[in-house]
Amino acid sequence: MAGADGDDSLYPIAVLIDELRNEDVQLRLNSIKKLSTIALALGVERTRTELLPFLTDTIYDEDEVLLALAEQLGNFTMLVGGPEYVHCLLPPLESLATVEETVVRDKAVESLRKISQEHSPVDLEVHFEPLVKRLASGDWFTSRTSACGLFSVCYPRVSSTVKAEIRQHFRTLCSDDTPMVRRAAASKLGEFAKVLELEYVKSDIISLFTALASDEQDSVRLLAVEACVSIATLLPQEDLETLVMPTLRQAAEDKSWRVRYMVADKFSELQKAVGPEITKNDLVPAFQNLLKDCEAEVRAAAANKVKEFCENLPEDNREQIIMTHILPCVKELVSDTNQHVKSALASVIMGLSTILGKDNTIEHLLPLFLAQLKDECPEVRLNIISNLDCVNEVIGIRQLSQSLLPAIVELAEDAKWRVRLAIIEYMPLLAGQLGVEFFDEKLNTLCMAWLIDHVYAIREAATCNLMKLVEKFGAEWAQNTIVPKVLGMANDPNYLHRMTTLFCINALSKACGQEITTKQMLPVVLKMSNDQVANVRFNVAKSLQKIGPILDSNALQTEVKPVLEKLASDTDMDVKYFAQEAISGKLSYHWVLKPFNRLSYI
Amino acid sequence: LSPLLTSPPFSVPSAEKVDGFPRRSMRRARQRRSHSSSQFRYQSSQVELTPLPLLKDAPVAELHDLFCKKLQQCCVLFDFLDCVADLKGKEIKRAALNELVESVATSRGVLIEPLYPEAIKMISVNIFRTLPPSENPEFDPEEDEPTLEASWPHLQLVYEFFLRFLESPDFQPSMAKRYVDQKFVLQLLELFDSEDPREREYLKTILHRVYGKLLGLRAYIRKQINNIFLRFIYETEHFNGVAELLEILGSIINGFALPLKSEHKQFLVRVLIPLHTAKSLSIFHAQLAYCVVQFMEKDATVTEYIIRGLLKYWPKTCTQKEVMFLGEIEEILDVIEPSQFMRIQEPLFKQIAACISSPHFQVAERALYFWNNEYILSLIEENCQVILPLVFATLYRVSKEHWNQTIVSLIYNVLKTFMEMNSKLFDDLTASYKVEKQKELKRERERAELWRGLEEYQERRMQMLTEAARNQRNLQERGERGDTLNPSSPQTAHSDQPEPKPSGASSGAGESAT
Repeated sequence: MAGADGDDSLYPIAVLIDELRNEDVQLRLNSIKKLSTIALALGVERTRTELLPFLTDTIYDEDEVLLALAEQLGNFTMLVGGPEYVHCLLPPLESLATVEETVVRDKAVESLRKISQEHSPVDLEVHFEPLVKRLASGDWFTSRTSACGLFSVCYPRVSSTVKAEIRQHFRTLCSDDTPMVRRAAASKLGEFAKVLELEYVKSDIISLFTALASDEQDSVRLLAVEACVSIATLLPQEDLETLVMPTLRQAAEDKSWRVRYMVADKFSELQKAVGPEITKNDLVPAFQNLLKDCEAEVRAAAANKVKEFCENLPEDNREQIIMTHILPCVKELVSDTNQHVKSALASVIMGLSTILGKDNTIEHLLPLFLAQLKDECPEVRLNIISNLDCVNEVIGIRQLSQSLLPAIVELAEDAKWRVRLAIIEYMPLLAGQLGVEFFDEKLNTLCMAWLIDHVYAIREAATCNLMKLVEKFGAEWAQNTIVPKVLGMANDPNYLHRMTTLFCINALSKACGQEITTKQMLPVVLKMSNDQVANVRFNVAKSLQKIGPILDSNALQTEVKPVLEKLASDTDMDVKYFAQEAISGKLSYHWVLKPFNRLSYI
Repeated sequence: LSPLLTSPPFSVPSAEKVDGFPRRSMRRARQRRSHSSSQFRYQSSQVELTPLPLLKDAPVAELHDLFCKKLQQCCVLFDFLDCVADLKGKEIKRAALNELVESVATSRGVLIEPLYPEAIKMISVNIFRTLPPSENPEFDPEEDEPTLEASWPHLQLVYEFFLRFLESPDFQPSMAKRYVDQKFVLQLLELFDSEDPREREYLKTILHRVYGKLLGLRAYIRKQINNIFLRFIYETEHFNGVAELLEILGSIINGFALPLKSEHKQFLVRVLIPLHTAKSLSIFHAQLAYCVVQFMEKDATVTEYIIRGLLKYWPKTCTQKEVMFLGEIEEILDVIEPSQFMRIQEPLFKQIAACISSPHFQVAERALYFWNNEYILSLIEENCQVILPLVFATLYRVSKEHWNQTIVSLIYNVLKTFMEMNSKLFDDLTASYKVEKQKELKRERERAELWRGLEEYQERRMQMLTEAARNQRNLQERGERGDTLNPSSPQTAHSDQPEPKPSGASSGAGESAT
């Protein structure tokens, strides 16, 4: 090993350090990203004694470089000689944890947290904990902010005197003068509470939590709500009422909408943390208020949680609570003035049907679904349609089909192609639930119309959709309903439509099987090899390649091969290329996709 | 504290200042909408207002009492999103506010001590509120119309009253400071995030007056502005009132005593300079550059911090910002002391050379314009020995390669200027251009070789380590299975491994490549 480490004759440290100092930022960045390579070449000894001091001293650099450095150092333990020496990494990371740029600092803290695990308990007290203390009492807010993230990783592994010091430092930072530090402390409060002994959770954490939750800045208060989840989970049920609930109630009615938003956003977690009794008495009315909040942001966040909240209600009187307390609010939200609120609701409302059962769904929810299916905002309609499966299980989709159809047709023709794309993606699901008859009667035309959409992404999705439908309804159905229409497009004057025929054949041949492919599709493909547009001709070559494995050897020899040979001597370069590729059979499926997407736009 | 500079330096919309193209037309201007803060909706019980007698008709003995009643009346808030709700009440309040404004502005002796808490309470109730969420989450102050505050008809009069109150000759800071305290100021500062420019304009003037009159709050105000900026830079990247706050700071910096306190220098280095990293720099760049130059004019020794800071945060991908940076550098160079110039010329002109070779012609053009500035030109001339070698290669190369004819001709002018400045140096550099280029290529090759060697070595080491780990595992497994150790097999396998010799391998590879 000594020989391997002592190759400094070849790579003198000066040369390597020059690389880390290169004037060009990009080169410097590249070198830093490969710092482990450099360290390996230097060996553990010189990494510790020369490279790390250099890095610690030259910390003033572009943030981009510092970020890479902070990340690298988190994985450096082996390169400095293992856990025994891991504390050598602390000085550079300490400086990085004090820089201004948040991403750099966060990365340094992440690396420090990582290597803290590699410290022995003794090293943790001798080297790591003093670093945390220095950061916690730094002059500038950045180091104090970083310290907040380090308490919880060393607390469990140090002696009780040091533990007391750590708690004291955390307390100080929670009432720091700058809001940046208080925010950092508030965001780590939950994490810190988890590693504390229960008695200290009650004595220390609760008072800090209460203070942060009534901070003068709403940005601090809202972070306390997050901590509330962890704290409530840690405490025994009987203490929640006195220690946590007053603060939580106050947060749910905070004058700042940001805090109320946070409560709404964390509602399911809070609900689980406080348990069924408090949920019944406190959270239900609070949730009602959030659903009726004056700010749309808060209502939307609460609407998003409707299903989860109802699901997690105690089962004994879940239905009663939903019917008398939640549903009236939900009904109002269906006609909310804000479309984000409506669409948040639409994305979860269908989930209520499984909770409420068939009769309630038909009587109370169905009218709401129908109203949302007619909503002016396409996103709302789409969210309803995309969740149809939940309703299908409870009442069957037929109940909806009369309203569903106009909604689907409208979305299918929406002016925004992304909306059209989204509805296409639900077609196979809808077809499965509505059945083949309904589909043939009402939806088939739509699916075929998408094939000639003017946006390529829609045509592509439509092709894929057909394949999934054939997989569902079978080859015979395909032969009768869609194959003739697809093949008919081969004579379309627009070459893009003619190409769509080929793409459909590529997608459908496998699902349709050998017979249909050989008898009906192959002749059309072969005929298209005479097309005057080169793009069509080279797609013929690619299609033949694609359907080749499905055909029998006779068809391949007598029909496919001559056509490919003809194409291989085409005047167009691309046609030639793809024909040759098809003949040599080298073209793999994945390989085809890229050039084919690009060229089909030509 | 100097008076606020208004219009001239800041009135040109910054987007147009950069490239002269109006951007507004590119996206359809959003409709003007208005929103109201959540504040009203949280007040449920409505009080019916009844008109009070006019202030001007009141007997002197009852004037203060009536004034006070009117202030209390103005504490009632109205729903402005519903524009027909309680029209009568709204009108009564509006009239009362108008009277209060006029009374404070014109009559003397109105502001007696008992009125202070009432006045501040009325102001607080009306203006302090949580600003509502932005209706347009991707609000771009340069392109989108701001959402306007619906309750402006009342709010404006309250702000007007506040301003007149502060400006009244009867105003007594010693009485006001009991009510205009730190908490009050903090709430006032938070309002600067308002999307409504009319509100921010009032806030700016008001905060300026508060800073001027209530000396005890000065340090606190500066500290809180710091916090707002730091949060803007490092946390949210969103705050609507940065430009207004900077404008106030511009006048504050102007009044700093010399020598500069370290608190103020820290503010420059840790707050003002990093503000340049903001994505929305164009909105407040004029004000920011003004503050920076103010600092330099106060104390020339900060020049180096400023320039090195700007170089550190030089935009990498945003050419629009790059042009702004160049503009700011020119403003700085306009007032730089020659001794300071010498300290930063090297890194600075490396960056300028990089800008000249930018494929974006506006960046290159803006950099080349420096040579049209007489003062900068004189600095360059004095330091020609240093600067010319830094920029020569770039000028030479770009003059042959740039796609834009204007740039090419500007470069010719610059080259000509240099030739006239120091023809001997110019000729030497021309002669050595090719050799330098070759040297550079050689260095490039050497770097590539070094890294290839390093990586090969790393790969071998990794292989060795995994091999060793595998052998170790094998040994252990055998031990666990109770097999007798066969001493020869793993060890011979190990010694069969070639010794790692990075030197031979890498130099060999290097030679074969050349």
